[in-house]
Amino acid sequence: MVPLNYYLALSGVLFAIGTAGVFLRRNLITVLLSIEIMLNAVNLTFVAVGRYRGSVDGQIITFFVMTVAAAEAAVGLALIIALFRHRETLSPDAFTALKW
Amino acid sequence: MDVLAFYAFAAIAVLASLLVIGQGNPMHSVMLLIVSFGALAGLYVLLDAPFTAVTQIIVYAGAIMVLFLFVVMLLNVPREEPAPAGVATLLGPTGMRIGAVLSLLLAGEMLWALGRVGLGWLNQGAAASSVSSVRAIGSGIFTDHAFAFEATSVLILVAMLGAVVLARREHS
Amino acid sequence: MSWLPSPEIIARLVLIFVVFNCLVLSAAFMVWMERKVCAYIQDRSGPNRVGFEGVLQPFADVIKLLFKEQLKPKAADTALFAIAPIVSTAAAFAAFSVVPFGTEVNPFGLLDRPIPLEITDVNVAVLVIFAITSMGIYGIVLAGWSSNSKYSLLGGLRSSAQMISYELSYGLAMAAVIMMAGSLSLREIVMNQSGTWFGFIPRWYIFLQPIGFFIYLTAGVAETNRAPFDFPEAEQELVAGYHTEYSSMSFAMFFLAEYVNMVTVSAVATSLYLGGWLGPILPDWLAWIWFLLKVFLILFFYVWMRWTLPRYRYDQLMEFGWKWLLPLAVLNLFVTAALVLWVG
Repeated sequence: MVPLNYYLALSGVLFAIGTAGVFLRRNLITVLLSIEIMLNAVNLTFVAVGRYRGSVDGQIITFFVMTVAAAEAAVGLALIIALFRHRETLSPDAFTALKW
Repeated sequence: MDVLAFYAFAAIAVLASLLVIGQGNPMHSVMLLIVSFGALAGLYVLLDAPFTAVTQIIVYAGAIMVLFLFVVMLLNVPREEPAPAGVATLLGPTGMRIGAVLSLLLAGEMLWALGRVGLGWLNQGAAASSVSSVRAIGSGIFTDHAFAFEATSVLILVAMLGAVVLARREHS
Repeated sequence: MSWLPSPEIIARLVLIFVVFNCLVLSAAFMVWMERKVCAYIQDRSGPNRVGFEGVLQPFADVIKLLFKEQLKPKAADTALFAIAPIVSTAAAFAAFSVVPFGTEVNPFGLLDRPIPLEITDVNVAVLVIFAITSMGIYGIVLAGWSSNSKYSLLGGLRSSAQMISYELSYGLAMAAVIMMAGSLSLREIVMNQSGTWFGFIPRWYIFLQPIGFFIYLTAGVAETNRAPFDFPEAEQELVAGYHTEYSSMSFAMFFLAEYVNMVTVSAVATSLYLGGWLGPILPDWLAWIWFLLKVFLILFFYVWMRWTLPRYRYDQLMEFGWKWLLPLAVLNLFVTAALVLWVG
């Protein structure tokens, strides 16, 4: 019997790890990966609380979150490809000017 | 028994995620994230959500990560370069430390908040619904949440078009 | 003897052991069958030195491979190079774990309750197979990338792109069967196909879904990288594709993975379309013989196709997958849905 708080704590820790990745890493791909970690942490919260309340709504929302994550990953990676073609680097520091 | 499985999967997920953000090779980061997703799928099975677990593997580990893998391979993503001089002082050891402290603060806050709320136990009565959970999820998606379903379909279409347009080579 | 686990657990462990060994032996059997059938199609006699009619030839091949030196290119990424064949093989074997191959059996009457002939029966079995097949792609991609060689990289990328493209049609063909059966569990899908029409035509889904069967088999052949869709392994184009730099047991593991994938696709096709272990005459506890016969039939068809049809070029292959097979699969799904709603 696992208490709900264990799942929520794990989800919080994973979310914080994802946030740390976005803050600390200087590589656009790793930043996107950290965002995926955050989305997964949120999914875990939804499913855990849905199970706690005995309804299937948690899993339904997870379904939609996964879809949105897929769309976001696709567009994000396309943007990264376009940026890489322009500047030959994947460090976010190279894209500080508003000029293209 | 369940608690043991929970600890095992949780340890794998946290360790893999830490290595994703911690180690330098982007290819290894992607593979470690797949391991983390697998551990999360195991947690979903523990939560009586087999459909969500399998969907996680199919969509996240099987499709989105392949997308990442292809981009990493095609761009031959290098390891991180050191930040340029002007930014280096901002992001230097002090900057990194501030970022790490902020993340630790976030984790600490969430755990503190959870400690203040009482322990909730997972509702035992819901276990029976998992047998026909696919049926329940299906009827929920297509009746109560039908609008969200249609909206995400349009979203995927728009994302597909956007990705194709953005990644195209410019014809000079 | 109370320290022993219960007889049921022992029986299940023995069953897992038997299934695992049968899968490995089936890969060996496939090697022999492929070479014999290929030989007879080409009007020669194939291996006939080692054992009766060359039956021990696969074992001779394995012994030869075991004695070869295990090479690794100097610039290869060590961790991924080592993991790639493991991922391929593990995914191939794991996918078979949810396939039921018989009704309940009580070996020698030793158990209190008969055990069903399967490793496990999850109620989302079809999706599990789909998921594990998607994971098998990683073995090929990693092999191509970590070998750090042109041929491997190109072969790996092409092979994984092909597998991803045909996965869609594969899934849609399965979705049509799921709609008709109303369940995701393979055991229930097979049980829905019991009984006959007019007393002699069995109620298999192949008669209700001929196009679906064709789509499933074509997508299955493309998924397992077999001819006529085996461009990524073509000797004339890419040396050996993603497994160019592998030797000895790693190479053997890739081949083992490919053959076990073929067996899994055939087993799932049998359960979905050909009625699994259902068949006349044999008693229930021998029904797995029918299962083996049907799987053998589809595997023979696989080998026959390889040595009869020429290979698709890569762009033809992708065009076929996206522009012809996918719309056909969607159409099949629509028609099936309409018929299910109309007829009930």
